[in-house]
Amino acid sequence: MAAAEPIIKMAKIEKSFPGVKALQQVDFELAAGEIHGLMGENGAGKSTLIKVLTGVYKADSGQIFLDGRPIRIKSPEHAQKIGISTVYQEVNLCPNLSVAENIFIGREPIKNGRIDWKKIKNEAETVLDKFDLKIDVDRKLSFYSVAVQQMVAIARALIISAKVIILDEPTASLDTDETNKLFEVMRQLKSEGIAIIYITHFLNNVYEITDRITILRNGELIDTCLTESLPRIELISKMIGKDLEQIKEMENYSKNIGENNKVLLKAEGLASKGNIEAFDLELKEGEVLGLAGLLGAGRTEMVELLFGLNKADQGRIIIDGKEVKLNSPKDAVDYKIALCPENRKEAGLIGNLSVRENIILALQVTRGWFRKLSQARQLEIAQKYIDLINIKTPDTEQLVKNLSGGNQQKVVLARWLAINPDLLILDEPTKGIDIGTKADIQKLVLELASGEGMSVVFISSEIEEVTRISQRVVVLCDRAKIAELTGSEINQKEIMYRIAGGEA
Amino acid sequence: MINKILSTKNLSLKITITLFVVSFLICSLIYPGFFSWQNFFNLFIDNSFLLITAIGMTFVILTGGIDLSVGSVIAFVSMVIAFLLQQGLNAFIVIPLGVMIGGCFGAIMGLIIQKFKVQPFIVTLAGMFLIRGLSFLISVESISIKDPIFNRIANYHIPIAGGAISVNVVLSLVVLALGMYLAHFTKFGRTVYAIGGDEESAQLMGLKVGRTKVLVYTLNGLCSGLAGVAFSLYMLSGYGLHAEGLEMDSIASVVIGGTLLTGGSGFVFGTLFGVLIQGLIQTVIMFQGTLSSWWTKIFVGILLFVFIVLQKVISNMKTTKNEFNN
Repeated sequence: MAAAEPIIKMAKIEKSFPGVKALQQVDFELAAGEIHGLMGENGAGKSTLIKVLTGVYKADSGQIFLDGRPIRIKSPEHAQKIGISTVYQEVNLCPNLSVAENIFIGREPIKNGRIDWKKIKNEAETVLDKFDLKIDVDRKLSFYSVAVQQMVAIARALIISAKVIILDEPTASLDTDETNKLFEVMRQLKSEGIAIIYITHFLNNVYEITDRITILRNGELIDTCLTESLPRIELISKMIGKDLEQIKEMENYSKNIGENNKVLLKAEGLASKGNIEAFDLELKEGEVLGLAGLLGAGRTEMVELLFGLNKADQGRIIIDGKEVKLNSPKDAVDYKIALCPENRKEAGLIGNLSVRENIILALQVTRGWFRKLSQARQLEIAQKYIDLINIKTPDTEQLVKNLSGGNQQKVVLARWLAINPDLLILDEPTKGIDIGTKADIQKLVLELASGEGMSVVFISSEIEEVTRISQRVVVLCDRAKIAELTGSEINQKEIMYRIAGGEA
Repeated sequence: MINKILSTKNLSLKITITLFVVSFLICSLIYPGFFSWQNFFNLFIDNSFLLITAIGMTFVILTGGIDLSVGSVIAFVSMVIAFLLQQGLNAFIVIPLGVMIGGCFGAIMGLIIQKFKVQPFIVTLAGMFLIRGLSFLISVESISIKDPIFNRIANYHIPIAGGAISVNVVLSLVVLALGMYLAHFTKFGRTVYAIGGDEESAQLMGLKVGRTKVLVYTLNGLCSGLAGVAFSLYMLSGYGLHAEGLEMDSIASVVIGGTLLTGGSGFVFGTLFGVLIQGLIQTVIMFQGTLSSWWTKIFVGILLFVFIVLQKVISNMKTTKNEFNN
């Protein structure tokens, strides 16, 4: 299939933004009827390449060929007209319009000078039927789950007779069943000769569905390979550009730190009605405590009590041997506790402020607004954390909104590290970011614990990640602590067994 | 059937219509002589210019924008019409000219908003000051309109159901019908809703966002120009202080009519009832006899509060329902 005349060929594409070379001499080919994985770290240039292809950005140089003919793609509208449609991760449809209208808007059938709503409804039902999706197409789009919305977006792409469909991280918010359903649809489209570009961070997905994989790193094309002839570990090393040894090394970074350290924080019978049942917890200095459990198992609720975001209605918290009351995050911060919440945007990352301003924000708050950090001190702190956790930014004054998702996550982390906490709580710090950054963050957590003696609570939905970096693991299920694992008990099988309700 | 009526779909609109009908009936019981066709028609006669401009405003608000200049445009157009008629120009030239002035002015503001990505609030605020100021350049005094053709149009009454309506009423109802057609049955109208729902998505879906936004402000300009004509017909004079604060009445009508200020949701038909409810309050205060006219403002204010909270409650109800379903 790779030998066939490519439907799309991009040659020597270059694109720069102020301070960043986003794409350098990138070539890309897409054949009809193939599913082509596009992989790379955050900031590798995947999105930029796609945006050039769909006319959102104009390339600085390079050429695009459609069916062998050179073409200039002027706008997303133009891209759609020539058969290139994109389904974005955050579904870009209009939530206030009906499902049917979302599929047809922009090319509504007109009858007697007015939009033919009946035809829209019928055809929307027909196309969704193809995906085995039986929903009320007159309902507003916002009524349905993200999975359904994604199907609707694909249906829209089909209706406007796409030859090329680009799926940008479509499975990020889907569960397994929904993902499988999406894959079925993708295979169906493939059999109809439609070419699909599939961008994802999930290795399993790539190996399950793609025919070829193109890997980008730092805006450069690394390789394009047949999926079947590319071993996983090689793919990862191509993506992050680190030696394989380095990845493996981290696995056994340190399992035995913190054993005899002093207890920093102790929770006794802490509970909040409706949020989390009573639990005991001990946190030692210099250890990483993993919280494992399914979404909604009570992990976030547990740490919210430790950070004063929620008030406990029974039990007590003891820090350094003294009982304390944590009534607000401010109290917690005073006891040198920091929490990095799950959602970057809710975490108060302010896109229109610079990296420096975002990093010093928490520190400035703890000092009070009237004791302003000097400009020089601010710069020094910002630079320190940019170097320490390897934030990819041209300088300290770059606006945070211009950074990639993974680097934004690092800025949040830097903000809390800047107050030099004794206890750092990380709620899903690696969600939705690429392997390279993930590895960076994991390594940093281990260094903070073993090197600085910081106590870290690490929440992650990826059990594998939890087992890799935690010295102790607390398993939660249905809003209760159900087990605490140490040493050799910390492995994926054991944790899954516990979550599934196995006896001790 | 009951379920269908009580369903949250279009609930805001249903409440507005119910509120109007119930209030009208209650007033009819309290005040003798209130219930008559003519009294009902008067609501339209006295508020046709508000209805015309509020329909344009509905489109602007549906995109998530706002236009503060409409009252000033009405004053300016009334001034231009009165002045040109005084100079002896034919009414049939002057009237379309008035509408065109509004349209051009709207188009300019739309272009500024779109090209320079400026907040509509600030652009139309500037427009509001500018154009009201310009009306005083023509004359600081009120100019009364004595043109015979114009007066004949103004005083022409169309008998209907034992009462009569003015040309303005017909004009406003035609605009209403056109507005409803535009909003619900044309690509332009649907793009307006899409922009209000999520402008960035609309752009990525390949819709003509920029063009539509400029057209929306142009349309609103045309509506306020036409409202200026209607206002001149109603007052038979041009004056720089005419229609002061009308932009706020217009926005209030749209919101009471069930359109979300954040855009993307609402009905042109609802705006009609937003206007009628405001008209009804005025009429009631007149019938009551002892209340001062500023009570209108108090009632409209209270209504607005109620409706904004109501819209929030309804949209919250929808999100909770949504969670149950997924």
